[in-house]
Amino acid sequence: MGNPMKIRAASKDGVTEVKVLVSHEMETGQRKDAAGAIVPAWFITELVAKHGDKVVLTSDFGPSVSKNPYLAFKFKGGAKGEKVTVTWKDNKGDSRTDEAAIN
Amino acid sequence: MNNQRRTVLKSGSGAALLGMLAAAGIITPGMALADWNKAAFDAKSMADTLKALGVAGTTDSKDVQVTGPDIAENGAVVPVGVASTLPNVTMVAILIEKNPNALAASFVLPEGTEANVQTRVKMGQTSNIYALVKSDGKFFMATKEIKVTLGGCGG
Repeated sequence: MGNPMKIRAASKDGVTEVKVLVSHEMETGQRKDAAGAIVPAWFITELVAKHGDKVVLTSDFGPSVSKNPYLAFKFKGGAKGEKVTVTWKDNKGDSRTDEAAIN
Repeated sequence: MNNQRRTVLKSGSGAALLGMLAAAGIITPGMALADWNKAAFDAKSMADTLKALGVAGTTDSKDVQVTGPDIAENGAVVPVGVASTLPNVTMVAILIEKNPNALAASFVLPEGTEANVQTRVKMGQTSNIYALVKSDGKFFMATKEIKVTLGGCGG
């Protein structure tokens, strides 16, 4: 399930800027623990952002995206009060969706 | 959680997204990764990554900008941005030459989304960062070297 994402969406001059901060370990599968065993990879593979029903960004992540991934992007359109929805999915099949209103 | 998935599934638009969400909801987690370009993310060298992404040839372009620090003290969190003024940008990817797997992230930009994304990546060591941008069906690249004081990929 993971923890909630922090999503900020701000509309200015017809362009909406979206900033997303996801809470996720993003384990690379290259690190070893104290006992020398490799820590299994655990990272977000896909993240989709939607404005209403319209997809505004599809991202594929590899394990080299930082822990607690941050993502910022801009799309044309979007008015105050409309919803931006972000969904992520990780390599263990876990997923989470959060939404925020544009302001 | 599954209820939420169903709602998303119903309200989803676009065949690709529906396919992806259907995979997420119905098929087992392992198989749900089918849409994720495993070959590209598993590729080790730059050349292999580009091949896996289906890139035939690239042109260096001044209209693609890679932003990031000149020196990153902490390789685990390196802010990187890609922006481009090229028309009809449909895809943006961030590649880190000397990481174990070069591809860090790739983005598909539908019409209306600006070619301007920022994220944070891990870097194992000082390396060139490449931004790959697909504009009007052609691929363009730009590069920037980021020096890393403390690597973020090892243990």
